Order: sequence, then C-alpha cells, then structure tokens
Amino acid sequence: MQDAAAPPAYHYRVVRQFTVMTVVWGVVGMFVGVWIAAQLAWPALNFDLPWLSFGRLRPLHTNAVIFAFGGCALIGTSLYVVQRTCQAPLVLPGLAAFVFWGYQAVIVLAAVSLPLGFTSAKEYAELEWPIDILLALVWVAYAVVFFGTIAKRRTGHIYVANWFYGGFILAVALLHIVNSAAIPISLTKSYSAYAGAIDAMVQWWYGHNAVGFFLTAGFLGMMYYYVPIQAERPVYSYRLSIVHFWALIAVYMWAGPHHLHYSSLPDWAQSVGMVFSIVLLAPSWGGMINGVMTLSGAWHKLRDDPIIRFLIVALSFYGMSTFEGPLMSIKTVNALSHNTDWTIGHVHAGALGWVAMISIGALYVMTPRLFGRQRMYSVGWINVHFWLSTIGTVLYIAAMWVSGIMQGLMWRAVNDDGTLTYNFVQELVERQPFYIVRLIGGVVFLVGMLLMALNVYLTIRGTRDDAGEDNRLALAY
Amino acid sequence: MANRHAVIEKNVGLLIVLILVAVSFGGLAEIVPLFWQKSTTEPMSTLRPYDALEMAGRDIYIREGCHVCHTQMVRPLRAETERFGPYSVAGEDVWEHPFLWGSKRTGPDLARVGLRPITEQWHREHLRDPRAVVPESNMPAYPWLQNTPVDWKHMERKLSVFKDIFGVPYSEQDVVEQMEKVNGEWADASEEDALVAYLLSLGQARKEVRE
Repeated sequence: MQDAAAPPAYHYRVVRQFTVMTVVWGVVGMFVGVWIAAQLAWPALNFDLPWLSFGRLRPLHTNAVIFAFGGCALIGTSLYVVQRTCQAPLVLPGLAAFVFWGYQAVIVLAAVSLPLGFTSAKEYAELEWPIDILLALVWVAYAVVFFGTIAKRRTGHIYVANWFYGGFILAVALLHIVNSAAIPISLTKSYSAYAGAIDAMVQWWYGHNAVGFFLTAGFLGMMYYYVPIQAERPVYSYRLSIVHFWALIAVYMWAGPHHLHYSSLPDWAQSVGMVFSIVLLAPSWGGMINGVMTLSGAWHKLRDDPIIRFLIVALSFYGMSTFEGPLMSIKTVNALSHNTDWTIGHVHAGALGWVAMISIGALYVMTPRLFGRQRMYSVGWINVHFWLSTIGTVLYIAAMWVSGIMQGLMWRAVNDDGTLTYNFVQELVERQPFYIVRLIGGVVFLVGMLLMALNVYLTIRGTRDDAGEDNRLALAY
Repeated sequence: MANRHAVIEKNVGLLIVLILVAVSFGGLAEIVPLFWQKSTTEPMSTLRPYDALEMAGRDIYIREGCHVCHTQMVRPLRAETERFGPYSVAGEDVWEHPFLWGSKRTGPDLARVGLRPITEQWHREHLRDPRAVVPESNMPAYPWLQNTPVDWKHMERKLSVFKDIFGVPYSEQDVVEQMEKVNGEWADASEEDALVAYLLSLGQARKEVRE
C-alpha cells in the first residue's frame, strides 16, 4: 500500500482503504443476508438467542449491505472519480482520512448496537441518535472534501459523474437529518420527533430516497465514469444526461408515499406519490439508455470483457427494476404486492442486480489501477463471478416474484359466500420452498463475492507491475 | 440548452444551490401540510394513552424488531378487514412515536390483535415457543422475555417526554399513579408481562367499531 504506487498528484490512500472495505463489508453483509434467509426457512436457526434473532439481524443485514458495502463503494469511487475528472488532488486529505475512519466507526457501532436491540424502528434509519450524529459529522466532512475538490479543479466543466455524486451527497444529508430527528431518553433509546401518519410520511420520504439517492443517483455517478472508461467510448448523449439528471433528482423526492398506499396517510398524498412514481420511469430509463448506448460501436466488448458485462448487465437490472417499481406503485397493483415477498424481490433486483453488480464492475476496473497492477490477478475468475452473480440474482428474484404474487392472491381469495379461502398459516406454509430457492440464490451470489475477495487480495499482494498506472484514466474527461 | 447548462457545469456553488432547490419540493409539498391536517393530527375519541407497562412492552416490541415481520396497518380492502378487523385510521396513531406500521407481513398484521379471541396465556406460550401452538410458524422464539425483569430506569422520563414534548394527554396525577404502579405491583414484572400487555392493548380504540 505504499504511496509510491500512485502518481504523486492524487490522494489514493483513502480510495484504496474504501475499496478494500467495500469487499469486506460486501462479504459480511451478504453473509448476514444468507443467514436470515435461512432463518425464514428454518426458524431453529434463531437459536433462541436475542442477538441472533431475525428481528434484530434483518436491520443489520440491510444496514451492512446498503451503508457499509454500498456506502464504501460510493465514497471510495466518488473520491477517485472526483480527483481524476477534476484533475486535482483531494483538498484536505486529513479530513478525507477522518471520513474513512469515521465511516468505519459508524459501521462497527451499527454492527454492535443493532444485534443488542438498540433501534429507532425506522427502516434503513435504525441507528440510535449518537451514531446518527456521528454519521452526520462524517457526511459533512465528506461533502467538504468532495465539493472542495471540485472547487479546486483544473478542468473547466464539472463532469456529469460528479453531478450525480453531488446530488447523492446533498440529498442524503437532508434526508438523514430530517428523518433522524428524535427526542433522546438515554444514550441508547430515543423516540421519533414525529408521530403516526406524519412519521410514516417522513420515514418513507427518507426511505424511498435512500433508494433514489443512495442506491440510484450515487451509483449512476459511478456508471457515468466507469462505463465510458472501460468501454473506451464517450458517454452516449450529453443532452440526455442533463435532462435525466435534473428530472431524476426532482421527481424521486415525490415518490415516497407509494410505500403507504391504502394506509391511513391521507389519500391526496398517496395519489401524488403514485403519479410521480410512474413519471419516474422516464428519467430512470434515460439513465439506463445513456449507459447502455455508451457501448454503441463497441458491442463486441460484451463478449470479450467480463467487466463490461458486469457494468452493462447491472444497467439492464436497473432498467428492469425501475420498470417494476412504477408498476408496483400503481395502487391496484400495490393492493396485491404490498407487504409480500414481491417487494423483497423488487428490492434485490435493484440491490443485487444493479447496485452490487455496478459496484463489482467498478471495483474490477479500479483495483489494479489503485495498486499499480496491469490487471486483476485472474480475469477468468471475473467471468466466473459474473455468472455466479447473474444466476444468484435471477434465482433470488424469481423465487420472490412467485412467492409474493402467490401471497397476495391467497390473502385476497374469497369463497362464494364471501368468507376467506385461506387462513394466514395456510399461506405461510406455501412460501417455504421459495424461501429455500431464494436462499440458494443468495448463497450463489455470496460465493461470487468470496471469489472476488480472493481475486482482489491476490491482485494487491502480487508484485507491482512496472508499467504502473494505466494512463487511459487521464482521458476520463 | 446545452450552452446555458454549461453555466451550471462551471460553477460548483450554483450546482449545489440548484440541486438543493430541485430536491426540496417533494418533501415540502407532501410532509408539511400533514402537520395542519385534522385527520393526521386529531386523536380518535376512543384513544387512550399507554399505561407504563404497555409502554415498556412497546419498547420491547421495537427492540426485538417485531415490526420487521408484522404490520400494524389494516388496509381498507375487504379481504383485510375480513381477516384482521376494522381498517386503520390516522387518528389511532397520533401519539405513536415512532409509527409501527411496518412494511412486510412475514407474520400476520397485529393492529387488531388485542381484539382477537385469544387469551393472555396463549400469547405467553406463543412467545416462548411459537411452534408449540402454531406448528407451521417460522417466528423466532422469545423464551428469555419471561425471565428478564422490565428495566424501569427511564420510565418516568419516557412518560414526561410523551406528556410534555409530544402532548399526549397524561395528567400530573396519571404520571404519579403510573410511577406508583411501576414501583409497586409492576416492580418485578417480566418483559413478557409487558409485551403481552402491549399486544392486548392493540386495537382497543376500535373495539366498538363493527364493519
């Protein structure tokens, strides 16, 4: 990890640290996911222990994969991209080091406090208030480093990837601070400042935009750098990138109420949320088209380069899940899908297919360059990893589609005399085989991650290639 | 258009401001009006604040993540009211900090569980070993609750936060009476006692409703 590996102008240390931790937290978070998937099939795996029970581990899984794995990938790549595309080193490298260590501290505190049962109960915002405050401080430091580096850029324009990363950083700060407002009772217990339907609206304004900005805008920033770099082609359409950027960030913020269809949230809010959720299809697909079409004229790379395959298949899953999302936000569809496994399948089409696969692709592009290697230790393993990820994701989401739609249909089935056809337990039993298929899908995906971890380890450990950094990166903008 | 957009691309301060403007409308339009809307702020006439034991039980419900698998939101759909009971209205939840509607039904909805014809003893046996009473269940067992005494340390502060900051209509006298029970008959209550008391309280505000 000696700094000699990097050109003197750029600060790569923090990027390398985030890169390694992305892989570590990816493996950990997905292992917890596999574990809780097994618990749903075989409840004995809860072992009657408080800190191993599903209700405490499920938030640990979601926090680990979204904020530890996804967060490290986003912060790491953004601090790399912002330097390369601004042709400027990070401002305040000491503060960047604080961002790394502070963010890791938040993750470790989450990994300890969630199994102990310290939770605010708000989905994807479970951490208790002292950790929330630490996270807010780290986030402000991150914003200062990121935007400060842009301010010191040696290029004229701010590259499109940075608009998306910037939108992600600003919106997440806003969402986190507003949704986490709480009255503390003790160091480990607080109550949300909002109540009932208002709390629900604030939570899902946050929750849906955790998807919209953390899991979408940030990863689109990643897409806008690593797809053109690896394809060696310019972004397909500059005009499309402008239109879909502003449309995406403005429209996403309205879509939250579709998580509360048919709830006691006032109808007008549900209807507004549904309309914007359907509109959201357009800017989402704008991003997908811009990414996939960047490959035009170089389609053979899909056959030759497993990293391109990761990036482009990620965009395909993104397109699929952003079609599915607006579909599920239609109230009549939502009446069937809400509260079922379909939602879990939809989330994982995005989380495994889009977020994880675009991150994996980006990491395979970036790792050799960060550590001064010509390429990854094994390109063949990348290909194997690609198929494990794809097959794992498809098994997972197909199982959850079938299970979820079956749930919705069995819950609403009525006999001729108007009584319910099935009781809840009759429906629960039918889910069992799909829970096992889902578990297998998760295991397959996790095996791919372990292969990646080994590949990254051997790449870093291998002898440094004297050719050093691949200077194609300088053409980023 | 492209030329005019270049102005934003060359000015990071402007980019930041315009992003903040673009992302602010949704929340302002969808959240702010709710603070002034009667249906989201006015309690149902039949709503009663939690007693200290139920409040302790609710905190255990949150700690164990019961809301991860159980919703508390009966939707106004015929199959749901048939299965669970009267549909949920916002006036039931105006004192709910945080809301516990959930988003996934791995197990059944619990918003009306207190109205169901099941006994306190059934709840206890079910919490200790769900498969003893529902063989097909995949719910974790919570056998430690019966042996763990309720931690009452912060209850007085909790009651006063709900009373003074959240505006839940406890009187001074109510708080005194609740704390007498906490130090008296409930002093040795188990977490299971508290959780069962909370579960039995769910839906009581809708007891009279028949649909």
